[in-house]
Amino acid sequence: MSLPHDKALRFAKQYKLQWESAQNAWVLLYPEGLVKLAGSAGEILQRIDGSTSALDIVSTLEAIYPGADLKQDVIDFLEHAHDKGWIISA
Amino acid sequence: MTKAGSSVPEASAASQIAGPHVAGPLWVNAEITYKCPLHCVFCYNPLDYASTFDKELTTDQWLKALREARELGAVQLGLSGGEPLMRDDLEIIIAEASNMGYYVNLLTSGVGLTEKRLAAFKAGGLDQIQLSFQDSTKKLNDFLSSTKTFDLKLNVAKLIKQYDYPMVLNIVLHRQNIDHIEQILQMAESMQADHVELANSQYYAWAFKNREYLMPSRDQLERAETVCNQFRERLGNTMKLYFVVPDYYADRPKACMNGWGAVFLNIAPDGLALPCHEARMLPGLDFPNVRDHDVRSIWFDSHAFNAYRGNSWMPEPCRSCDEKEKDFGGCRCQAFMLTGDAANTDPVCSKSPHHTLITDQVALAQRLNLREDEVKPLIVFRDDRNSRLYT
Repeated sequence: MSLPHDKALRFAKQYKLQWESAQNAWVLLYPEGLVKLAGSAGEILQRIDGSTSALDIVSTLEAIYPGADLKQDVIDFLEHAHDKGWIISA
Repeated sequence: MTKAGSSVPEASAASQIAGPHVAGPLWVNAEITYKCPLHCVFCYNPLDYASTFDKELTTDQWLKALREARELGAVQLGLSGGEPLMRDDLEIIIAEASNMGYYVNLLTSGVGLTEKRLAAFKAGGLDQIQLSFQDSTKKLNDFLSSTKTFDLKLNVAKLIKQYDYPMVLNIVLHRQNIDHIEQILQMAESMQADHVELANSQYYAWAFKNREYLMPSRDQLERAETVCNQFRERLGNTMKLYFVVPDYYADRPKACMNGWGAVFLNIAPDGLALPCHEARMLPGLDFPNVRDHDVRSIWFDSHAFNAYRGNSWMPEPCRSCDEKEKDFGGCRCQAFMLTGDAANTDPVCSKSPHHTLITDQVALAQRLNLREDEVKPLIVFRDDRNSRLYT
């Protein structure tokens, strides 16, 4: 199932994103482990809130980083996160 | 902002510890009690577990240790045992740990899980419940755990769904139940399990005592894996299946605990801080106790946590091996149990001069064909009376 770009996204039930100051990173927590997210991945995933879509996230980030062509990178990463089962359509 | 898609940081926990800088623990396993209503023959609790009964940490001592570990960056918390439900302060520990920011997992047999307690856990912020089953059949479940718990567990499974937790089943596989894998997976499917871990028992403690009885043959493993793959194909992502073979069947050792003192901190019921569930058996390490020391000094400064950290302690063949960063020389406890020296290469590795200790045992597993009634009198059940014999 591919990721719909215009639908709101949320984390799958057992996934939880949290800022960890000891790690100085966003960390994604789930039953059998955790993933420490690189800066860019954290930037993207922290915007998943149950009402924001992939395209919304692209616009937000392009507003923050004007001039950068981020669309493909952001979509690729969200698709990866979706394939992994971290995020789903709200 | 750096490039996103290409740098998926999946390697996460394991990769950040290699190198000279020692990072704090990420994962705490709190074995809050070794008391348990079950008597499983494959239990990995120490043989002398009963010696901890009169030395269990108090609620406040647990909370202090958890707070200290959290300050070092630990985020995953397993509450296990024994059976953690045997502690009547579990509600408090869950709520406080959740408040501290832990992702809280409860690892339970389900025995003692009432709706009232589950409601309190949910309100306290419990994130996850992992329910263990011994088998899909009532007869073997009850025999292997030496109790009558099967119906009770099915009820608990319903309760877990009712409270909107994902259903995470843990079924320990071994010679006696692995041929039931089809029924086991059907049961899991009918329970609408989300994650199913089918892990072969690892041969430590009670399971080591019962190794001949528990180790499956190669044929059994292959058949089980085939069945597992069929379910995977049919069910896709709706039920995630993990199948773990015994490391005796591998020719490279497991990356035990992602390295000694790297990610994982185990705290035993009596407060002993250990780099893994089994390390208590290792002589000469004088493991520190969370009653007497704070977690920071235990993790960074204690002799025990530094003894096998990194790779400067490694003898040959590990020292010159190009895979040493991958598996860290395997498991210290297995090396000790089988060769008498914890610093030896894990004999699972085909490069180990002791590797025949593994291959001989595997050969035996192909030959033994004992019926349940033949082997039954030989089985050592994990119970308090037997434990006191080992104390």
